[in-house]
Amino acid sequence: MLNEHISNISSIETKKVSEHSGIEPFSRTLSRHGLKLNRNNTHTLQLNLGARCNQTCRHCHLNAGPGRKENMDAGIISEVISYAQRSKFETIDITGGAPELNPNIGMLIEEVFSLSLRIMLRSNLSALNDGRREYLFELLKAHRIVIVASFPSLNEAQTDSQRGDRIFQITIDALKKLNAMGYGHEGSGLELSLVSNPTGAFLPPNQAQTEKRFRQVLKRKWGIVFNNLFNFANVPLGRFRQWLVETNNLENYMGKLYSSFNPCSVDGLMCRSLVSVSWDGYLYDCDFNLARELFMGGHKIHVSEMSGPPPPHSHIATADHCYTCTAGSGFT
Amino acid sequence: METYYKPEDLPKFEEIGKDSPKLAQKFFEYYGAVFAEGELTEREKSLIALAVAHTVQCPYCIDAYTQDCLEKGSNLAEMTEAVHVATAIRGGSSLVHGVQMRNIAEKMSM
Repeated sequence: MLNEHISNISSIETKKVSEHSGIEPFSRTLSRHGLKLNRNNTHTLQLNLGARCNQTCRHCHLNAGPGRKENMDAGIISEVISYAQRSKFETIDITGGAPELNPNIGMLIEEVFSLSLRIMLRSNLSALNDGRREYLFELLKAHRIVIVASFPSLNEAQTDSQRGDRIFQITIDALKKLNAMGYGHEGSGLELSLVSNPTGAFLPPNQAQTEKRFRQVLKRKWGIVFNNLFNFANVPLGRFRQWLVETNNLENYMGKLYSSFNPCSVDGLMCRSLVSVSWDGYLYDCDFNLARELFMGGHKIHVSEMSGPPPPHSHIATADHCYTCTAGSGFT
Repeated sequence: METYYKPEDLPKFEEIGKDSPKLAQKFFEYYGAVFAEGELTEREKSLIALAVAHTVQCPYCIDAYTQDCLEKGSNLAEMTEAVHVATAIRGGSSLVHGVQMRNIAEKMSM
């Protein structure tokens, strides 16, 4: 099963945090505020093609890396395509690992691009721009696939510390290439969004202010343009959790997430409108629950068993890592 | 070991209002307004606060504004430069008084 040892570590550490920090369980916090976390209409299908990745980012909640073998095979991809055909999702969101490393990525994009209004590919950019995937660049452009690229910091040392040696420069080169293809330019119809995660045990800055600064600096220093920037908090799972434990930051980080709980963020949480399918075809309420092996609504259901999107009002599985998405203005 | 400065005291800052709530309220309202985005961004104000924290050598302020700078999107290179600005002004303020020293010495010397 996906990442079993991480799940074990996570369970142990969650218990430990509760014992040592006095953090109220997430479900109890919801109850105290008179809130229930149930589904709204599910309009996004997220596909996690596997944990295989060319990078070993220190904040990765999935512990993805070159040593991971899990990859969605052609059979599961066919079942996922059938599910998308019978469910009519507004958005299909392709992620990993590095989804570019899945040998079936081209076939998947060819089959799903006409099924939804918006197809997104989450990319670390280094796998996409490794010199062997020109066909994929062309395919993404031809089908106007939205590229959501990791770009944590304007600072080379911070970026490389989180994502690996030379990743900052590799990312800059890839962004320039995408810009040259038309991506990121207003009115081109080729959307390029950036995702910034904090490079340590702290919460992300104000999104609007960060976007403004990134836009100014990227344009001035490298002539790079983009459409949107999203600030996401790091989720205390997988390799990031291991780092928090090793550096004695876990308790303080969990305390930050807990004390930043914003009840107003619950209504807009992504898990209310998204269903995530793992590399082996099982369903989860989000990619973080996938990392924790918390199945959708607490039930192990395969994509082949689904007749359509999960129904409104159905239960969403939660755990203490959910505090990440309810911190401050929320993470949707 | 007992010390005068305890990290767990920092979150207790607001308790200073217990016996003088009106003054504390005025201070914290002013404090919040100062750090809100204006002509300077919140990130820029946090870097200034970090530099001042080093000038007044307040461990609470250094702790708080190191974290705040990171959470406002600053990086370690920018934060280190801010501390150097504080250092340059502190050093410069000593050195510029050397002019006073020279004036006095020159007046008294042949």
